[in-house]
Amino acid sequence: MAFTEEQLVRYSRHIILSEVGGKGQKKIRQAKVLVVGAGGLGAPISLYLAAAGIGTIGLIDGDAVDLTNLQRQIIHHTADIGRPKVLSAQEKIKDLNPDVEVIPYQKLLDAENAIEIFNDYEYVIDGTDNFPTKFLINDASYFAKKPLIHGGILRFDGQLFTIIPDESACYRCVFPKLPPQGVVPSCQEAGVLGALAGLIGTLQATEVLKLILGVGNPLTNRILTYHALQTLFREIAIKKNPSCPLCGLDPTIKTLEMEVQEVCDFDPLETAHKDH
Amino acid sequence: MFVKINGKKEDIQETTLGALLKSKKIEPQMVSVELNDQMIDRENINDTLLQKGDSLEFLFFMGGGSGLS
Ligand SMILES: [Zn+2]
Repeated sequence: MAFTEEQLVRYSRHIILSEVGGKGQKKIRQAKVLVVGAGGLGAPISLYLAAAGIGTIGLIDGDAVDLTNLQRQIIHHTADIGRPKVLSAQEKIKDLNPDVEVIPYQKLLDAENAIEIFNDYEYVIDGTDNFPTKFLINDASYFAKKPLIHGGILRFDGQLFTIIPDESACYRCVFPKLPPQGVVPSCQEAGVLGALAGLIGTLQATEVLKLILGVGNPLTNRILTYHALQTLFREIAIKKNPSCPLCGLDPTIKTLEMEVQEVCDFDPLETAHKDH
Repeated sequence: MFVKINGKKEDIQETTLGALLKSKKIEPQMVSVELNDQMIDRENINDTLLQKGDSLEFLFFMGGGSGLS
């Protein structure tokens, strides 16, 4: 299907890029991207993907908009408080770009529904805030063979990287198992600078657009970290870990399961989260 | 001795990774460590010996993104 006159104008700043062109814009229109979490990271991810003209955006989130979310989750507005996040987000995406088909999943991702949902998409982006789900997304992407853009933020720091199943290091190659409960604070407990979510989420959206277009070097086998207080970006080389419990030589994880967080055996208040 | 920790040169006294983490008040369960580009298995963290010129990367869990967990 050819682009309409209006679409050619809408996407003209993309189409003019030789790396995109009409052909690339068509790839963007045909792409199906699943965004897990319609919160701090999911907000910029889905807004930029919508603006870019992604054909189908799946959005999973079981939460409703809360006043504390508005400091960073810019897809939700004050009037949305109390509304399901996926519906609030769907509305904004449609306002921004009616070309986009949004498929809302107003539920939590779990071991039962993950593979089935992932199978309907080509790319997965992690915009979640808790470790059991982050590990589940990593494992489900591996089993469903879907490229994944992982991202995380805490306090003034953020990190992201791209995972191509079987080809590049996965989340478990770096973090083999869940941190015990209470060892790593959540944003709820430790806080997060709101604008950081915009930065890391936008980088995640950029990385998935690169994969869709097949341009540049993907953010694989390296973790990009951002430290806002020092205004410092760093890149840490990683590689596929032969002893990875998921994608290593002798994997112990063979079916998808939601891993339970162990209770921690020391006092997390004594050992403050210390970074660089 | 001088080692590099997350890209920064540091003068440390500790000779094992376990002692270094302890001195920095980093619980081994909350970090993954790369030593000269090799990921150290968590069970070996405590006993891994450090040498002058080693390059260490501490990789921390970062969970945030959505709203409430
Ligand atoms: Zn792996």
